[in-house]
Amino acid sequence: MNTAKTMQEPAVNEALALEHGLSRDEYGWILDILGRTPTFTELGIYSVMWSEHCSYKSSIKALKTLPRSGGSLLVDAGEENAGLVDIGDGLAVAFKIESHNHPSAVEPYQGAATGVGGIMRDIFTMGARPVASLNSLRFGSLDDSHNRYLLDQVVKGIGDYGNCLGIPTVGGEVVISQAYRGNPLVNAMAVGIVKHDQTASAVASGAGNPVYLLGSKTGRDGIHGATFASEELSAESESRKSNVQVGDPFTEKLLLEATLELAKRSFLVGMQDMGAAGITCSSSEMAAKGECGMRLDIDAVPLREAGMIPYEIMLSESQERMLVVIKAGFDEELLAVAERWELMCTQIGVVTGTGRLEVLSAGHTVADVPCNDLVLGGGAPQYELAAVKPAYLEQAEKLDLGSLPEPADYSQVLLRLLARPNTAHKGYVFEQYDSTIRTNTVVGPGADSAVIRVKGTAKALALTTDGNGRYVYLNPYNGGMTAVAEAARNVVCSGGRPLAITNCLNFGNPNDPGIFYQFREAVAGMGAACRALNTPVTGGNVSFYNENAEGAIYPTPVIGMLGLVDDQRHITTPGFKKANDFIVALGSINGEIGGSEYLEMQYGKVIGPPPALDLETEINVQDVCLEAIRSGIINSAHDISDGGLAVCLAESMLEADPGLGADVHVSRRLRNDELLFGESQSTIIVTLDEKNLLALQRIAMGSQVPCATIGRVTENDRLTINELIDLDRATLHSAHRDSFAVIMNGQSAQ
Amino acid sequence: MRFAVIVFPGSNCDHDTYHVIKHILGEEAQFVWHRETSLSNYDVVVIPGGFAYGDYLRTGAIAALSPIMQAVKKFAAGGGLVLGVCNGFQILVEAGLLPGALVANQSLRFISRKIHLKPEDTGSSLTAGLKLDRIYTMPVAHQAGNYLIQAAELAQLEDNGQIAFRYATAGGKVSTGANPNGSVANIAGVLNREKNIMGMMPHPERASESVVGSVDGLEIFKSIAGQA
Repeated sequence: MNTAKTMQEPAVNEALALEHGLSRDEYGWILDILGRTPTFTELGIYSVMWSEHCSYKSSIKALKTLPRSGGSLLVDAGEENAGLVDIGDGLAVAFKIESHNHPSAVEPYQGAATGVGGIMRDIFTMGARPVASLNSLRFGSLDDSHNRYLLDQVVKGIGDYGNCLGIPTVGGEVVISQAYRGNPLVNAMAVGIVKHDQTASAVASGAGNPVYLLGSKTGRDGIHGATFASEELSAESESRKSNVQVGDPFTEKLLLEATLELAKRSFLVGMQDMGAAGITCSSSEMAAKGECGMRLDIDAVPLREAGMIPYEIMLSESQERMLVVIKAGFDEELLAVAERWELMCTQIGVVTGTGRLEVLSAGHTVADVPCNDLVLGGGAPQYELAAVKPAYLEQAEKLDLGSLPEPADYSQVLLRLLARPNTAHKGYVFEQYDSTIRTNTVVGPGADSAVIRVKGTAKALALTTDGNGRYVYLNPYNGGMTAVAEAARNVVCSGGRPLAITNCLNFGNPNDPGIFYQFREAVAGMGAACRALNTPVTGGNVSFYNENAEGAIYPTPVIGMLGLVDDQRHITTPGFKKANDFIVALGSINGEIGGSEYLEMQYGKVIGPPPALDLETEINVQDVCLEAIRSGIINSAHDISDGGLAVCLAESMLEADPGLGADVHVSRRLRNDELLFGESQSTIIVTLDEKNLLALQRIAMGSQVPCATIGRVTENDRLTINELIDLDRATLHSAHRDSFAVIMNGQSAQ
Repeated sequence: MRFAVIVFPGSNCDHDTYHVIKHILGEEAQFVWHRETSLSNYDVVVIPGGFAYGDYLRTGAIAALSPIMQAVKKFAAGGGLVLGVCNGFQILVEAGLLPGALVANQSLRFISRKIHLKPEDTGSSLTAGLKLDRIYTMPVAHQAGNYLIQAAELAQLEDNGQIAFRYATAGGKVSTGANPNGSVANIAGVLNREKNIMGMMPHPERASESVVGSVDGLEIFKSIAGQA
């Protein structure tokens, strides 16, 4: 017997509104809009819809400065659940990244699993079949067993959900820094493919058309999840576990198949998945978009537990549910699809022409609010927050390398660097993800970007997630720019042309003017890079309030980039391919060591300036690399990033067949550690046959891109760089490939 | 030949399997929904991978009770060829059509990686086209692929030539290091006594086109279709 308690509705007043996370002003506006005191249900509706998570009220003005249309975009950012990009052949790609940080902090397994589930629904709601999943994860130091527990459970949650759903997890990043202790970042990205003429829209229209709820029953899980995401984590957050939704990937799989079937049917008017703010958000957004209204009979919603009141039903974030609007008279057709996939499907309302969201229970109206006032772009509040350059930035770029003694044994430094969690091979993580299902994965996790072929065409998609919180912390504008540029460079290294980005902006409390400065500057930098690279922003999400007891996380914009490989023969990987190939650096090796992984490891310093980025140079280097790849002369390509030139070369060697090595001689007016471990941007290391060197030089010269031969691929299974580094494969392999598992088992690798 | 690809709620390698049979192997293929009760129009039945019914209970346990499994039993009893891959292998074991059991991987983690297979028996219609001196490379992706069987039954499997594949190194050595999941005797696939039913954990359908890195899996489908 279910003996659940029925919640008593409290009296609505300003104090209760404040408890719901609304401000005094906002409560005043609600009173003005309604001309009366809101009901408890209405207060709940406003509080979630006007939460930062749903309304983007603090970020939208900055986001609007990003290029959000043009290029190959078929749908402008914010128009639908995810961006839609044309890839030719009558096909489009839907893709989006989203955060699930706070749920993952308190309940890592379910938090991460439902993060994947939510972003998948955003994709298939549009009629697109999900074909790939990526992620971007950040945790505090793995010396702390709690952080290892978080990582372990997050990875298991992502794996279990995606594996069961049957979507390959093809790429991602795992970054470890104490800046994320207590507030891990879990960003999940999904990518889907749809025929142009089979897309579905998240819109309601046609008064009298029925509104159905398809999928799982509604329970008490996730109530106020959106509000929870819009405040800082605290000691009480552990008690928020009931705010975390519980995932059911099996039902999601059925929902996926049923939804894709519906998207092809002409009786479908529109549909939207239920994520944050559940029925409330999906109904008000669909109605507002269609400039109509919706009347919901909340008693018709199938419930998991007895005694739920309308407030709870409207705010529940139970997973694996869709709101579906169909043309009147086609109920049987809809129910037949649901029955085939063994899903519940219940009419819970009708479309109206009133522009209002009406909620009825037991014959009474428990909510009656104008839809447009609830939603982003409508009447939801928008704020211009104060931004002040934080004091730490004055010192952040004052690196005095002269005061830091040079290490004596560079081979040992490289081995330690390769074993760092940030540079180590992440097989421990991605071997828990099914990366080969759907039989499209050409390049799986661990390369510059993942590549999946598009069946029925000669094309492939290059996909990557990238971010560097340390760079953004040290110089927000430059860091934002670099995140986009590096993502594009990774796509180019795989043989793809960058098309568009989705972003997940993870920051601290925006009401702190220093944090908002970081946000504003990072977004401005991203915008500059996106415009220069012609990669518009298709959408994404903003996650504020990422703080722990000691302060904010590093400002961490994560870029999810979509690239198109026109011909599968152009797909390129980082591993060396054959002995005697020339190793060539496209771009300059400037040895910029500020903000590097090396500085933090060797001297415990997070100090800048981070590597400079010149967008014109970046574009030229990328263009040269891509042109060379397309002309068929490049055997491997890998850009310099975390750990610098030495780590880049070691990775390319370890990705190669055993036996191959590299002998590199490079001379610059730099300190040896700058040369080896500096993280200069806009530099790609390629290998090619000697006979093609001239062709590469010609291409590079056309764009005035430096093109210096720095060494050769050898057959001696060793990596040698100048007279500084000399290591055999087995030693490199064990440092790079085994260390992450060792660390996760609780043993320090260093 | 006509292949049936069984689809349970939660099957997720069904499209991949269908794609390879139809477009790469060039044989006829049809999806068969789990509520169907007849398989009389087919020459081969494939139970693909996935998470039938979410595998919230023991893997394959619910699917083994589905209406279509009665038809599979009848089909097999009449000598029809049956292949179960990954979850399909688990379902065949749960249905009692193959010996042994599949339990959680030794690491207790999901394992997704490339492995190498050594064929152990080519005396069946399913494996006749394989070569005993060749190594076949393809991915595994499973949570419960740890094959378990009692010693006496294992001896019978060995004696009857019912072990289809063992995990091996790239060089063909059957070693502990080559065993991804802790399976007894490195067993990756088994046959029934009559040798018309085969279950295997690795995914041949994911290694059937050069663009995805290996065509070794296609050899298994060719063998089944008598193309080899």
